Amino acid sequence: MGSLPGTFAAIPLAASLIALGPVDLAIIVIYFLFVIGIGVYLKRFANTGHDFFMAGREMTAWIAGLSFISANLGALELLGWAGSAYQYGLLAVHWYWIGAIPAMLFLGVVMMPFYYVCKTHSVPGYLELRYGPHTRSLAAICFAAMTILMSGVNMFAMAIVMQVVLGWNLHLSIWVSSLTVALYVGSGGLLSAIFNEVLQFMLIWLGALLVPILGLYQAGGWSGMVRRIEHHVAHGASYVHAWSTLGHFSANPMGINWIGIVFGLGAILSMGYWTTDFLVVQRVMAAKDLRSAKMAPIIGAAFKMFVPFIVILPGLLGLALLPMKLYPQTYVQAHASAALFSYNDVLPLMLVRYCGPGLLGLGVTALIAGFMSGMAGNISAFATVWTYDIYRPLIRAQASDSHYVAMGRWCTVLGVLISIATAYVAMHFQSIMDYVQALFSFFIAPLFGTVVLGMLWKRATRAGGFWGLLAGTTSSIAMYLWVKFDPAALKYIALSRQAKPMAEDMFRALWCFLIGVAVTVLVSLATRPAAAAQLQGLVWGHTAIPSERDYPLLHRPIFWAALIFAGLVVLNIIFW
Amino acid sequence: MKQHVNRIWFLIGVLLAIYGVLILAAGIYNWFAPAAHPVQLAGLHSGVWWGGLLLALGLFYIGRYRRV
Repeated sequence: MGSLPGTFAAIPLAASLIALGPVDLAIIVIYFLFVIGIGVYLKRFANTGHDFFMAGREMTAWIAGLSFISANLGALELLGWAGSAYQYGLLAVHWYWIGAIPAMLFLGVVMMPFYYVCKTHSVPGYLELRYGPHTRSLAAICFAAMTILMSGVNMFAMAIVMQVVLGWNLHLSIWVSSLTVALYVGSGGLLSAIFNEVLQFMLIWLGALLVPILGLYQAGGWSGMVRRIEHHVAHGASYVHAWSTLGHFSANPMGINWIGIVFGLGAILSMGYWTTDFLVVQRVMAAKDLRSAKMAPIIGAAFKMFVPFIVILPGLLGLALLPMKLYPQTYVQAHASAALFSYNDVLPLMLVRYCGPGLLGLGVTALIAGFMSGMAGNISAFATVWTYDIYRPLIRAQASDSHYVAMGRWCTVLGVLISIATAYVAMHFQSIMDYVQALFSFFIAPLFGTVVLGMLWKRATRAGGFWGLLAGTTSSIAMYLWVKFDPAALKYIALSRQAKPMAEDMFRALWCFLIGVAVTVLVSLATRPAAAAQLQGLVWGHTAIPSERDYPLLHRPIFWAALIFAGLVVLNIIFW
Repeated sequence: MKQHVNRIWFLIGVLLAIYGVLILAAGIYNWFAPAAHPVQLAGLHSGVWWGGLLLALGLFYIGRYRRV
């Protein structure tokens, strides 16, 4: 769910925020050499389709878990949500806590056994086993198109950030970063992507962690930061609470209420993203056994719970400490001659504030690592879905394993090239990022309904799954267009005229999920149920899931999931 | 599980150790030759202790996983 709020096209800043010294540049160059070296080294281990697309299914829970979270922890995630924290305050933390942790735990405890036991290679692959080839094709084509579009638009946004923050040439940033990703993913496949994501995870944390530590030190701790925000910002108290201002749309800076957060974000959108988006689920499927596959998202959830420390907290500290005021991106673009800073600049500004030579290079490397991990996630997932769920069933069914591996390598490169083309298209359409973000959200919420019904309700039929997915997706698009052409419709979609775009997204996700589920149920009840033999290993009640009772308590995934959930509850109470 | 899977931790150790040396060296240099426009809280010499932390972490991973 990485997103950088606002648009980026045509940002005419001449001067960069950060001036890098020789040590900083050396750190960045070493990083590029290192990730390419890892790809070249791992090429020898990626000769079969099983190795290239599934990383040989040999990953430990820790490696799969860190890769799982790193694929999501892109640079846009870091910059965008730090900016959102500056703009909306502590409310942004919901996208990390209720908007991620319950879904990750649900994936590990409930859904992973079905993905793993049926030995599918992808989420569309599961849909084929459960609902047949039509649903698989619909899901695969939508996913491939959206993934590659997102990759390109994010690439463009990142290049803009590099231009604004570092003064780097836009084209150089796009080509160097994306060809590096193509080289290491094309060489070592998913294994290389996962290795680099674990490396990138470490760099992101170590590069970004210093900012909140020094910021809190300077602000006088959490209470000192809160006092400064309440003093500097109008209605500052509403910026430092996670729940107490969610009673009404107008009581908080985000223009959303608790129903949108709990049901739209927590129950639907985040569930859809974390449990059915193949970009992240692919990492967990590469685990070496079922217990590791269940533990991987739980480990990821534990780390995700603390990501706000390096993302949300710097945004809040920016609000408390930065001497200048930051503005929305559109306002900065409209007043280019005034040399203003946007919300999205808050993390780079905090880096510059505290990081001297060397540390600045590490911080910038963290941003680059974030971008590359996100892009590698998109590209490796695209290569798998294209090869196994589109090319093999629809174009060339009978070919050797080596042919499909070669196709995977080529479409890795092709995927990167299409992403680059998309990035250049995005330069000419200021709002394309908004549209692509919306397109992506059209698909995720209905897909969650289809997959979760398929796993938990044995009566769901092939026709029900297909028509439910189609109805959910089309209804989401229809609601989006309705509000686009008639803004007054917002009061029906988001239940309030005062709702802001994020609230609209949450409620649209909720409605299209419910529509998709309702259609699936109705069509399923009107069609002939599948035979029990066809549901083996796919559905609750027809799947032999190995018991955890023989494991010691500390080795049981359910124990750790419960512990992390309890931690989540405590954190929400503390920051209520 | 094949041996190469755990190789990642060793590689992380190598990179962190290299970064630790570079950042520590830059931090020590800046301690004795402060920049004309120092960053906020420059007196804490965060480059020195953060570089030292990276180096220690890197050496730990190298030592722990060098025989994997």
